[in-house]
Amino acid sequence: MSIAIDAEKCIGCGRCSEVCPGSLIKLESKRAYIKYPKDCWGCTSCIKECPVHAVKFYLGADIGGMGSLVHTEKEGNILNWIIEAPDGKVTKISINQKESNKY
Amino acid sequence: MKTERISTDILIIGGGTAGCYAALILAENSDARVLICEKANIKRSGCLAAGVNALNAYITDGHTPQDYVDYARKDAEDIVRGDLLLTMSERLNSVTARLEKLGLVILKDENGKYVTRGNRNLKINGENIKPILSDAVNSLPNVTVMNRVNITDFSVENHRINGAFGFGIDSGVFYTIEAKAVIVATGGAAGLYKPNNPGFSRHKMWYPPFNTGAGYAMGIRAGAEMTTFEMRFIALRCKDTIAPTGTLAQGVHAKQINSLGENYEGEYGITISQRVYGTVTENVEGRGPCYLKTEGITPEQDEALLKAYLNMAPSQTIKWIESGKLPSSQNVEIEGTEPYIVGGHTASGYWVDSKRETTIHGLFAAGDVAGGCPQKYVTGALAEGEIAALAAAEYIKNNASGSISELEEKSRLAEAEGFLSQKNEQFTYEQLEEAMQTVMDSYAGGIKTNYRFNEKQLDLADEKIVRIQQLSDKLHADDPHELMFIYELRERLTVCRSLIAHLKARHETRWHSFAENLDYPDRNDKDFHCYVNSVMENGEIKIILRELVKEGQSYEHSH
Repeated sequence: MSIAIDAEKCIGCGRCSEVCPGSLIKLESKRAYIKYPKDCWGCTSCIKECPVHAVKFYLGADIGGMGSLVHTEKEGNILNWIIEAPDGKVTKISINQKESNKY
Repeated sequence: MKTERISTDILIIGGGTAGCYAALILAENSDARVLICEKANIKRSGCLAAGVNALNAYITDGHTPQDYVDYARKDAEDIVRGDLLLTMSERLNSVTARLEKLGLVILKDENGKYVTRGNRNLKINGENIKPILSDAVNSLPNVTVMNRVNITDFSVENHRINGAFGFGIDSGVFYTIEAKAVIVATGGAAGLYKPNNPGFSRHKMWYPPFNTGAGYAMGIRAGAEMTTFEMRFIALRCKDTIAPTGTLAQGVHAKQINSLGENYEGEYGITISQRVYGTVTENVEGRGPCYLKTEGITPEQDEALLKAYLNMAPSQTIKWIESGKLPSSQNVEIEGTEPYIVGGHTASGYWVDSKRETTIHGLFAAGDVAGGCPQKYVTGALAEGEIAALAAAEYIKNNASGSISELEEKSRLAEAEGFLSQKNEQFTYEQLEEAMQTVMDSYAGGIKTNYRFNEKQLDLADEKIVRIQQLSDKLHADDPHELMFIYELRERLTVCRSLIAHLKARHETRWHSFAENLDYPDRNDKDFHCYVNSVMENGEIKIILRELVKEGQSYEHSH
C-alpha cells in the first residue's frame, strides 16, 4: 500500500507532507518523497492535497494490486477520481461532494 | 534536545474526532485556554482520514436513546456501562445536527428529513468530515493546535494530573506541559497483532495504524484503572483491501455466503463477534472462502457502491476497477482482521465515571480510548468529547494548574535523549514490532490460531512480551521521528501486557472470536457476569472484578 510521487512534477509545496496522518512524507531538496512506504495506510489524503497531481496512489501487489495509478482532480464541488491502468485505460469517477452516498 | 515549558488550562491529547469536538465545546462554554497536541496534523489525523460514508449511531424516528443502550448491551452480551451508553445516546442527534451545521452533507428526503439506513444509521457524504472538523477548530481564538507533537507520558502526583510530556517529531523539541485538566483522546490500539498482510501492505488495516494505544499505555503506567481490554475487536472486512462491509450488508442487503453458496448468517447469529466467528468456522470446516453475495445487483447499485467506497475506503473501488469485475458480477470475499483494542466498537478502555473522568483526578477520556461504552462510532465519539469537555471546564473552576517538578522533567528528558544517544547495532524498532506481532499472533489469539488461545499460550505470550520490552530499553533512534516509533512500540507492548492479563482473567468464552478461551469454551454467568478491570501497581497488573452497573444506575468514583 503506497504512493508514488513524480519528482519532475512535484513543486515542493509540502502540502502532502503536512497532511499525512502518519507523517510519512518528507521533503528533500524541495521535492516530496515517501520515507516510509510500507507504513502508508492508503487514506489518499495526500493525493487530494497535491495541486499538480504529482502524488499517485496504488495498491500493493500483495493485496492484488495490478499497477493502476490513482489521483484526484477537483472542479468546484466535484471530486474526480482518475484511475490510470498500466495499459493506458483511464477510468474517471466523479463525485459531487454536496451529494450524499446512496448507501 | 531543546526543552520548552508550556502552561495551559486544558490540554487535549489527540486531535481526532473526539479531541477536535471537545475543543469546539470548550471554546463555546468556557474562557479556558485550550491546547491540542496532535502527533500528525488535525486536518486528516485519526480514524476519519479517508472519510466515512455513514453515521452509524443516530436515534431514528420511533426510537429512543434507551433503545440504543439496549442494542449495544445485547451486542456486547451485557458487559457494558448502561450509564455511559445512555449519556452518549442522549447526545447523538444534537451532535449530528451540529456536524451538519459545520458543513457535513447528510441525505434528506423531499420533506427535509434525514434518510435513514436501518434503525440507527444516516447516509452522508463524509469524505471531508475531518477537514470540516479541523477547519472549525483552527478558527477558534482560545484554542492552540500543536501538530507533529507526540505526547509520551502524563505527569501524575497523588492520583491527580499535572500535565504531560512530549516532543516535536520534526523539531525534536522536548515539551513539558502543565495543565489544570487533561482530556485524553488518543484513540484505540492497532498493530498489536500480526496484520492480515504483514509485508508491503502491512498498514492496509481497518483501524488507523497510527493509533498505537498511546493513551491506554500512558494511563496504565500512571496507575489508571482500565476496563474490558479482553473484549477485543475483530472486524469483518473485504479481503485484501480490509474495507468495511457494512455498506454492502446494509446498502445492498448482501448476505454472508460460503463457497457452496449457502447463507450461513442464521447458524451463528448476527452480532459482530458472531459474524466473524461464523466466517472463521466456515473456513475451518472447509467451506471457505466466504463472501458477501453481491452478484446480481443492478448497474446503478454498482455505480453507487464505487462512489460510496471512494468516500471512505478508496482501495476497494480501485480493486473493483482494476480487476474489471464490479460487485454485480463477482461476490466480495470477506475475512476477519487482526484483533484491535478499541473502545469505540467494543468496551475496552479507561474506567470512567458518567462525566468521563478517569480514576486520575482531572484526567478525562473521550472516544475510542474511553471504556465501557461500545458502538460509539463517529457521533458517539463526538458526544463523549462534549461530555468530557463540559466536565473538564467545570473541574478547572475549582482546581489550579498542577506543577511539574524539574526533577521529573529531567528524568523524562533523559529517557528520550537516551534513545537518541545510545547505539544498537542489532535490533531496530521495526524488528521488535515484528517480534511483538508474531508473539501476539501465535500465543494470544491472532489470525494464525483463528483467534483462539488457552492459558498456557497466554503465559508464554506474557513472558515473551516482557522480554521484548526489555530489548526495547536499548533501542536507538536516529532522529525524533524514529524516537516516536520507539515510543509507539513501547506503548503497544504495555497494552499487550494488559490485554494478556485481561484475557487470562476472564475464565469463560462470552464472545466468540473476540475472546475465545479454549480452556473455558462456555459462557459463565455465575462468575463472570461482571467487568474485568485492572490497575498497574509496581509494574504488575492487578485484576479487579467489578459488579455490573445496574440498569438505571450511574457509577461515580469513590475517590
